[in-house]
Amino acid sequence: MTDSKKSNDQGGPAQPLLSVKGLIKHFALQKDFIGRSTGVVRAVDDIDFDVRKGETLGVVGESGCGKSTTARLIMNLLDRNEGEIIFDGMSVGGNDLPLKSFRRQAQMVFQDSYASLNPRLTIEDSIAFSPQVHGVPKREAIERARDLLVRVGLEPRRFAERYPHELSGGQRQRINIARALALQPRLIVLDEAVSALDKSVEAQVLNLLLDLKEEFELTYVFISHDLNVVRYVSDRVMVMYLGQVVEIGDCETMFKTPRHPYTKALLSSIPSLDPDNRTEEPPLTGDPPNPINPPSGCRFHTRCVHVQPVCKEIMPKLIEQPDGQSVACLMFEPKSAYQHKSILLEPVL
Amino acid sequence: MSEMATTTDILVDIQNLSVTFNAGKKPVRAVDGVNLRVTSGEVIALIGESGSGKSVTLRSILKLHPPRRTVMQGSINVAGRDVLQMSADELDAFRGNDVSMIFQEPLLALDPVYTVGDQIIEAILRHEKISRAQAKARALALFERVRIPSPERRLNAYPHEMSGGMRQRAMISLALASHPKLLLADEPTTALDATVQIQILLLLRELQRELGLSVIFVTHDIGAAVEVADRIAVMYAGRIVEEGPVRSIIRDPAHPYTKALLRSVAHGSFAKGTRLETIAGSPPDLANLPPGCSFADRCGEVTDQCREIDPKEVWLNKQHRARCIRLVPVN
Repeated sequence: MTDSKKSNDQGGPAQPLLSVKGLIKHFALQKDFIGRSTGVVRAVDDIDFDVRKGETLGVVGESGCGKSTTARLIMNLLDRNEGEIIFDGMSVGGNDLPLKSFRRQAQMVFQDSYASLNPRLTIEDSIAFSPQVHGVPKREAIERARDLLVRVGLEPRRFAERYPHELSGGQRQRINIARALALQPRLIVLDEAVSALDKSVEAQVLNLLLDLKEEFELTYVFISHDLNVVRYVSDRVMVMYLGQVVEIGDCETMFKTPRHPYTKALLSSIPSLDPDNRTEEPPLTGDPPNPINPPSGCRFHTRCVHVQPVCKEIMPKLIEQPDGQSVACLMFEPKSAYQHKSILLEPVL
Repeated sequence: MSEMATTTDILVDIQNLSVTFNAGKKPVRAVDGVNLRVTSGEVIALIGESGSGKSVTLRSILKLHPPRRTVMQGSINVAGRDVLQMSADELDAFRGNDVSMIFQEPLLALDPVYTVGDQIIEAILRHEKISRAQAKARALALFERVRIPSPERRLNAYPHEMSGGMRQRAMISLALASHPKLLLADEPTTALDATVQIQILLLLRELQRELGLSVIFVTHDIGAAVEVADRIAVMYAGRIVEEGPVRSIIRDPAHPYTKALLRSVAHGSFAKGTRLETIAGSPPDLANLPPGCSFADRCGEVTDQCREIDPKEVWLNKQHRARCIRLVPVN
């Protein structure tokens, strides 16, 4: 296991495991009666980010911001319109890294634990399925599957021959995690993997994920709408809004000093768990705008408290700040036309 | 339930409610001996995991369970009348009038083939003898009340044309159509984003303050409960295992289940790398409950007696009660 890991690593620890460049995905809307498309949903609109080796990158944002589309694009479950996905220095789908060998190294766990398992396969057959596709003999694959069941905390003698409907949600999600591990991947994309679970079960699965990460030297992309959970598991966090990245950087720094007005609003909508310190004013009003016709300029300008006329015209670029956090907001862009009115609005430098 | 409350301002009084479903091979006792009192203008949050009986308790107040497969025992007094004794006609008049309900998924709860405005007007005309124009004016006022932007245009919208947060506001205005005294909310913010969830929670709190509504609010999210509730009732395996004012429950939980539940929630103050405390095992099978305390198998403070003695309700002070044999009542 450790040997195969070493031979898998191409560029050493400094090279990002996953590098996403200029990724764009537009979904065409329903066509009209002569076959013309009536518009596009800009689900993911020109995003760049890196996932470092061994880290957990949390991805947050409201529904419709493109989190799940990004996950599916990374996994090549959807075709991208533009952009490049580079896995450990090799372009995914290129000659160096054909799709099949990429998929051996990158796996995904979905939110709906029941829908993502084949109801007609026993648990061990489900876990052993993909190794067999990649040429592992059946007996060895089953043996490995039973091994993995132990690792995810399920007794093989009790569970291996059961079917998905005989298990609880938490147990099924453990099966999905075991299946993702079956090919000894380096990257696992977790798309709302714990969101459907009860709190006490969620804690069990989160602990399991952290243990497995250490044991198998994994890298996670962890997508969730639960900001508390993201803070708990992530090393770095990426905040998305209407198909774009608005802020990315170290997790604790971001939770303590969010820069982008959207990140600030998002973080202050977390319930406080303190009965004497309840929220009095909603930090954001209204729902996110429609990604079919996103607002011009900065996409957040329609809900932003610091909005100025210039925000409607110029689209801010993601710019790295002195402490390494990157923010896409004109307030933090040097020489932008944004007028800093008071000390309070001054960027933290 | 607070003993200080006089009998006059008690709006809901649930005594020894049990609900058994006879659908599968074995009868399932989803709610087992629940006592709960709600005074006028009070917000109570029922929290618990899936299958703990919180939604079943809530639906019992409107008697929404399929009558042929459900056995309900005990009593549910709402404004002095026992819901369980009502005839079908009485229930029709009662539902939506004195008590109304909002659901987790407004897209399923609203009718897709009528505009939202028509549905609200229908609800008003069902309970009051006024003209359609008057009802429409009321619907518009309700939309303004729940702060739906450009309300006149939105009245003519179909449910699928609205966003999730807007649909939830529309459903709240539908629930408020005939001036209920009690609003039942079944996970009203679970399907919403954090930014929209807090807006809806604040709206509920504002309506409760301004209209003097009582609210029973079912959620599995402790954070949401703390934001709106005056009191919290924690349910486990069909029973209320602890109930009290929100501050006591959060700061001074008594029942081992409540304590474990609060510890298992990841929140801001958690240091990285520390493990979350978990509750081992899973909730018991309601068709096959063990003798004694149903939490015993998962409890960190379990004793031999816990598996034999059925825990009774213990009053820790005038407002705070719990069901655990290791707790000592105050005199």
